[in-house]
Amino acid sequence: MKVEAKLEFQTSTAPKTGADLLIDLLIKEGVETIFGYPGGAVLPIYDAIYRARGSINHVLFRHEQGMIHAAEGYARITGKPGVVIGTSGPGATNLVTGITDAMMDSLPLVVFTGQVARSVIGTDAFQEADVMAITTPITKHNYQVQSVADLPRIVKEAFHIASTGRPGPVLVDVPKDISSEVLSMVPEEVSIHLPGYQPTYKPNPLQIRKLAEALPKAKKPVILAGAGVLHSQASAELTTFAEKHHIPVVTTLLGLGTFPADSPLSLGMGGMHGTYTANMALYESDLLINFGARFDDRLTGNLKHFAPFAKVAHIDIDPAEIGKNVPTQIPIVADAKVALTQLLDEAVASPECAEWHEKLTQYKKDFPLWYKLDSSGMSPQWLVEAIHKVTKGEAIVATDVGQHQMWAAQYYTFNKPHRWITSGGLGTMGFGFPAAIGAQMAAPDATVVAIVGDAGFQMTLQELSVIYERNLPVKIIIVNNGALGMVRQWQELQYENRISESILQTQPDFVKLAESYGIRGAKIDNQEDLVASLPELMAYDGPVLIDCRVLQKEKVFPMIAPGKGLHEMIGVKPQ
Amino acid sequence: MKRIISLTVQDRSGVLNRVTGVLQRRQFNIASISVGPTETEGVSKMTLVVDVEDEQRLEQVTKQLNKQIDVLKVSDITDKAIVVRELALIKVASSAQLRGEINGIIDPFRAMIIDVSKDSLAVQITGRPDKIDALIELLRPYGIKEIARTGLTAFQRGHQPQGNELSATYLLK
Ligand SMILES: Cc1ncc(C[n+]2csc(CCOP(=O)(O)OP(=O)(O)O)c2C)c(N)n1
Ligand SMILES: [Mg+2]
Repeated sequence: MKVEAKLEFQTSTAPKTGADLLIDLLIKEGVETIFGYPGGAVLPIYDAIYRARGSINHVLFRHEQGMIHAAEGYARITGKPGVVIGTSGPGATNLVTGITDAMMDSLPLVVFTGQVARSVIGTDAFQEADVMAITTPITKHNYQVQSVADLPRIVKEAFHIASTGRPGPVLVDVPKDISSEVLSMVPEEVSIHLPGYQPTYKPNPLQIRKLAEALPKAKKPVILAGAGVLHSQASAELTTFAEKHHIPVVTTLLGLGTFPADSPLSLGMGGMHGTYTANMALYESDLLINFGARFDDRLTGNLKHFAPFAKVAHIDIDPAEIGKNVPTQIPIVADAKVALTQLLDEAVASPECAEWHEKLTQYKKDFPLWYKLDSSGMSPQWLVEAIHKVTKGEAIVATDVGQHQMWAAQYYTFNKPHRWITSGGLGTMGFGFPAAIGAQMAAPDATVVAIVGDAGFQMTLQELSVIYERNLPVKIIIVNNGALGMVRQWQELQYENRISESILQTQPDFVKLAESYGIRGAKIDNQEDLVASLPELMAYDGPVLIDCRVLQKEKVFPMIAPGKGLHEMIGVKPQ
Repeated sequence: MKRIISLTVQDRSGVLNRVTGVLQRRQFNIASISVGPTETEGVSKMTLVVDVEDEQRLEQVTKQLNKQIDVLKVSDITDKAIVVRELALIKVASSAQLRGEINGIIDPFRAMIIDVSKDSLAVQITGRPDKIDALIELLRPYGIKEIARTGLTAFQRGHQPQGNELSATYLLK
């Protein structure tokens, strides 16, 4: 009986309920994986997922925050929207951190939340939350479905908006009566029309000309490359452009990998914990060409001292970013790839700046990144270098937020794009491990390393279940300093060493914890053991958690202290 | 400085929230806001009067408003040749004896009395905000019991003179 009924549905073309239609639409959008967690308001949707098993893959996480960060990691690697389904009320509010994180870092997500039935919306019904109001400031756009007939249009628009222009999260709130409505007919195919949303991909040729004319006049040009280059898949064009004109390149935190770190033109990362050379290049530059970076305050430091001598050209697909923080003489609203392609096509003369290169080379020589190797324990910077060595610099690296994040950014250098996943704008602890899971799902054959802090890992570690269940070979490296390290560092440097609530007095036994989830665990507290065992652990065909005990008092240097300018870095030389 | 911002928006639920949210988040004070349908079905017009510190912040907020998917057009029309109107209802304390006197005051404003009770009357006035302000000042000595204003609504005149000095800021004291 049962089997028959199922067969009958599978062979019929008409979906049964609003939820079936929704799942159908997702499949039509090419969605392969849903990051989800069920609950009352999405029961009809889960029933449809049950019926559609085999055509769409649903991954059950253990916390909505974990699943949405995984969807972000997935989006970062695939460039396609991560699709999330959560229930109403607490399910939706648990998603808020991830939605905000995606908004800040321009990651495409399409988030579906269940909602109570339309007849009781506004009555404080069980598990009702005003998700539309809550998510209005943290989404690129949001919808509440008011009629099944609107679903095809809304889903199509949601995917379009999330993944075009400047990508971002779009939320669709689905009342339970809509998802459970039995359809008498299938709504027709729709085409969408969004007159208020027409992103500009092609640059204004006059502005391109302006930049082309400014370039040969520059004596101290520098390129700043941000994540916009990644979103537009323009690393190759950027590299060609920089090499053609011999322009040095600084990347932002999120822009790591846009330009090969081993190129002589690479100055490394700029900003608060960037390299001295990168920041001095931005400071002294007379022509700053920004491709797809938003002049975030952690990059610029005190704006008064940011690129004070430079003519600024800013290429960004979001017009609102141009001139927001830094006065811009050559504004170019465009997709980075299209703009770079046009610049490569134009007859652009190269600047002559041998002196500039000499100066920068000298800076590199005089002020390289440094740390002291302390043989009494493991230096975290050395640990990152060791991971780099063992993975040949080819791994996908996801980090959490804190000191370890900055050390990973400094010492895990990338020669290729789309391998670096970190929470930049929101700085969300708990992001790294689940983001690594999403990345591993997107790239099953890649080596995926989650470099996490001992504190941040404990915010979303419940997702160990997921990597066990699916045998996702994520390698978790806990940079364990027994502290909220970044907070401890600031307290030491900015608050006269008043260490307030930033030491973790107790910790779980991470190895046993991993084992309790069925995952291999290892604890390493010295360099020799690491050298001896890391290659084997990283090669292990399955998930591994490595609790690496590192020196607690290490600090991230160099740095720009709060309120200071790019040229005022401290800790630039060994102390 | 006060500026008049005119927005055409798609008439979808949540759009008002998005617009006021953008302004609130950037700490713009909204002096008035009026919304209503336009000649095109599904499209509404909002007229906002906002308090802004400087040009750069104004430009930023305009861009942020423009970014909203349901916002079709944003223009700062303060310096354009525009027609501006507001409606106000003013309840004034008044005995029967004073009614004639008050009539004499409101008449030049082309305002009218729309409700009368034993000890008060209600005046309706339509006009430029500065004109409404002026009438309110004249009525104040009689004792104003209540005021309700719609906030201004505006659009650009059919003909825009070149290089005009027509800034409407004088309307926005
Ligand atoms: C959700 C959240 N809460 C608080 C913070 C503030 N914060 C930034 S770094 C940090 C310490 C992180 O400690 P850990 O994860 O051990 O990393 P470490 O800095 O020690 O490498 C804290 C508390 C944050 N970024 N995110
Ligand atoms: Mg720590």
